[in-house]
Amino acid sequence: MLRSKAFSLLKPIPLMSGQSNLAYKLTHPAIASHGLHCHGRIANYRQRCKTCPCNAGRRTISAAQAKVMAETELPGILILDIGGTHGVLENLAALLKKHFHLITMKEFLEHKKEMSKKIQSVFVFEGRPTIDRELLESLPNLKVIGNSGVGVDHLDVKMISEFGVKVTNTPHAVADSTADIGMALMLASARRLVEGCQVAVSPDTKCFAVDWLGVEVTRATLGIIGMGSIGYKVAQRARAFDMRILYHNRHQRSQEEEEAVGAHYCEKMEDLLQQADFVMLIVNLTPETHKLIGKKELGLMKPTATLINISRGAVIDQDALVEALSNKVIRAAALDVTYPEPLPRDHPLLKLNNIIITPHIGTATVQAIRMMAEEAIANMLAVLNGQPIPSEVCPK
Amino acid sequence: MTPCQEHVVVTCEHRLLPSGTRGVWGPPPPPLPTPPRCYHLSLSGSALQVCSCYALLFQLCNYTVTACYCLFRFATMQDMEGQELPYVLIDRIGGKHGVYEDHVEFLEKHFRLVTMKEYLENKTFLSKKITAIYMWYYKPVINEELLQSLPNLKILASSGVGIDHLDLNLLSSYSVKVSNTPFAVSTDTADMGMALMLASSRRLVEGYQLAVSPDTEYFPADWLGAEVSGASLGIVGMGTIGYKVAERAKAFEMKILYHNRNQRKKEEESAVGAIYCKKIDDLLQQSDFVLLSVNLTPQTRKLIGKRELELMKPTATLINISRGLVVDQDALVEALQNRVIKAAALDVTYPEPLPRDHPLLKLKNVIITPHIGSATKKTRRRMMENMTESIEASLAGLPVPNEVLQ
Repeated sequence: MLRSKAFSLLKPIPLMSGQSNLAYKLTHPAIASHGLHCHGRIANYRQRCKTCPCNAGRRTISAAQAKVMAETELPGILILDIGGTHGVLENLAALLKKHFHLITMKEFLEHKKEMSKKIQSVFVFEGRPTIDRELLESLPNLKVIGNSGVGVDHLDVKMISEFGVKVTNTPHAVADSTADIGMALMLASARRLVEGCQVAVSPDTKCFAVDWLGVEVTRATLGIIGMGSIGYKVAQRARAFDMRILYHNRHQRSQEEEEAVGAHYCEKMEDLLQQADFVMLIVNLTPETHKLIGKKELGLMKPTATLINISRGAVIDQDALVEALSNKVIRAAALDVTYPEPLPRDHPLLKLNNIIITPHIGTATVQAIRMMAEEAIANMLAVLNGQPIPSEVCPK
Repeated sequence: MTPCQEHVVVTCEHRLLPSGTRGVWGPPPPPLPTPPRCYHLSLSGSALQVCSCYALLFQLCNYTVTACYCLFRFATMQDMEGQELPYVLIDRIGGKHGVYEDHVEFLEKHFRLVTMKEYLENKTFLSKKITAIYMWYYKPVINEELLQSLPNLKILASSGVGIDHLDLNLLSSYSVKVSNTPFAVSTDTADMGMALMLASSRRLVEGYQLAVSPDTEYFPADWLGAEVSGASLGIVGMGTIGYKVAERAKAFEMKILYHNRNQRKKEEESAVGAIYCKKIDDLLQQSDFVLLSVNLTPQTRKLIGKRELELMKPTATLINISRGLVVDQDALVEALQNRVIKAAALDVTYPEPLPRDHPLLKLKNVIITPHIGSATKKTRRRMMENMTESIEASLAGLPVPNEVLQ
């Protein structure tokens, strides 16, 4: 059912036309007349979808027959559920149905024998369904696991590859919205926005104190740890705020890329930590980045510095963070991610007043969620059609 | 206690000042001895001033050593060249509304600060001495009575960029110049505009409440906000602040429309990719975010009312970093309640704060911040320095930086 308002405003995905649909949202109908062009969004791939049903030649058969034929022609895709608390959003399910025969976990478990051979792909949405050995063993024709989102730390890629199954993610779809959330958290924390809202609406507020102050973002120093696609987009945004940008990455970026955003490479993370007013974590979670920021790193940061995490909760030693925030070793933290999510309700992080936490909403926009599904679909279809895969995650 | 022209003998039971201490600017005095003794305190200044300070001497002596040091402020301060520093009227020091205590050191290098309290207690002497008013966040309040009693007042330096709280005609009728601080506040206010736009669009405050609520068991998958990147931003008022907002929004690949009294130069427009909308209606109809960064004048009062809100998209967000009165608040309440627009994010309201039973405080699709557009340590310091410059230039008969011209 195409109930999503966003979806109803747009044309159906013309993936077969060879054009990426990731660029759609920049072509705002009212703005298009000004001749503005969308840019920067076209993914680096072309698609030819051979398995998509063609309307020509169908007009002579009944609708029910067409439906059956459509379903049997389309590759089976396993999802957790449609709707509900953790299921695939209904408008995304509609997108999937154009290219796949959807099989929910419930249907699969109830009709394992007939369903197991049909499933060629799994769409992992918000980390579900869980991919374990048992599931992989029961899906003999599984070719690809398409993850919605860029992080795959919840998938055992090595184990999955042992079954000859490919894993794909969606790095392009998430970049803008996650970079935006990083900026939103940095600004909100620096300017004490959440506290300010509380003051503005509190029944006890009689006047606004003139000495109620935050810290500047413009001209401050931002240290980006992890300068991948998302990190680079954060740098582009921060540059417009006249920020001094330092970055630490496994590899140094090219000179042109550095100059374009005015970023300075810090080969040693310590150098970045000691100089930054804002430290933003944008790495993926791997054994190497687990607890990347611990007591030592927090101790190296300025006492006036803010830590922002838009990567994964486990990149930070949370206990060390609680201690650092309680003892004002650093000024504040702003976390879109924690471990676990949500935190237990009695967790000390929830009681501190120099922290903002958001419920992992880095890609929680109508536009990004849809783009992630489109990118995942494109990747999965590429695998099933034996074509170059735009975003395959290879085991190390 | 014997008042005399040159010396004042001070007896008090608490903190005391060493004998022979002169009223000069310098490092804090050494720690005081006990038990209490009589001291001679030499104050250079007029007899009137010494007399009026007695009560203050007693009061201050009850405080800490640092505060006792404040005693020296009531002596005539000598600057390096041995000339008398200009007398500048302020409301008060410290507390929720006063001049910042950590600004006083700098200010006292340039001025002899006179608090309102001091002034009222010693009007006869001080009224002729005061040549400038340092207005920090709308205080002290200026009225005709005050202006009449300050015959030598040359300049009023107002903090921040807005001057809608001042009666410029009244001030100019007394030949008092006015200065503000437009450049100091510009980047912080632009940052605040961006912060509000991002927070509103991504539902940051709601998200925070969800993340910390004791009732939260899981994060629902269908909890979504709207993208800022690539959306269209309509800036109403493309002055210094509006332009800086445009510079920032460009980096988010936003489509920028603007409405202004005058169109900006082509180079300025293309630097930020901004498109001029001569009619505000065009901007309102096309924008996902409408940001108000005009000053408050009779022309901009209730600039955004019922008609303008209805022209906006139902998915649009209104952001106000200018003045509360630029928006018809009642019309805004109605528009938000009926989903005529999606949401609003306001750093300014009228009045500030809103009455605690005001409908805006109850709506779910509004965020309000307590007028913190320029509320950072560095910016407030810069404002203070700018105001000092303006006052000094005016008193020296030089062109006044940041003068507000009628």
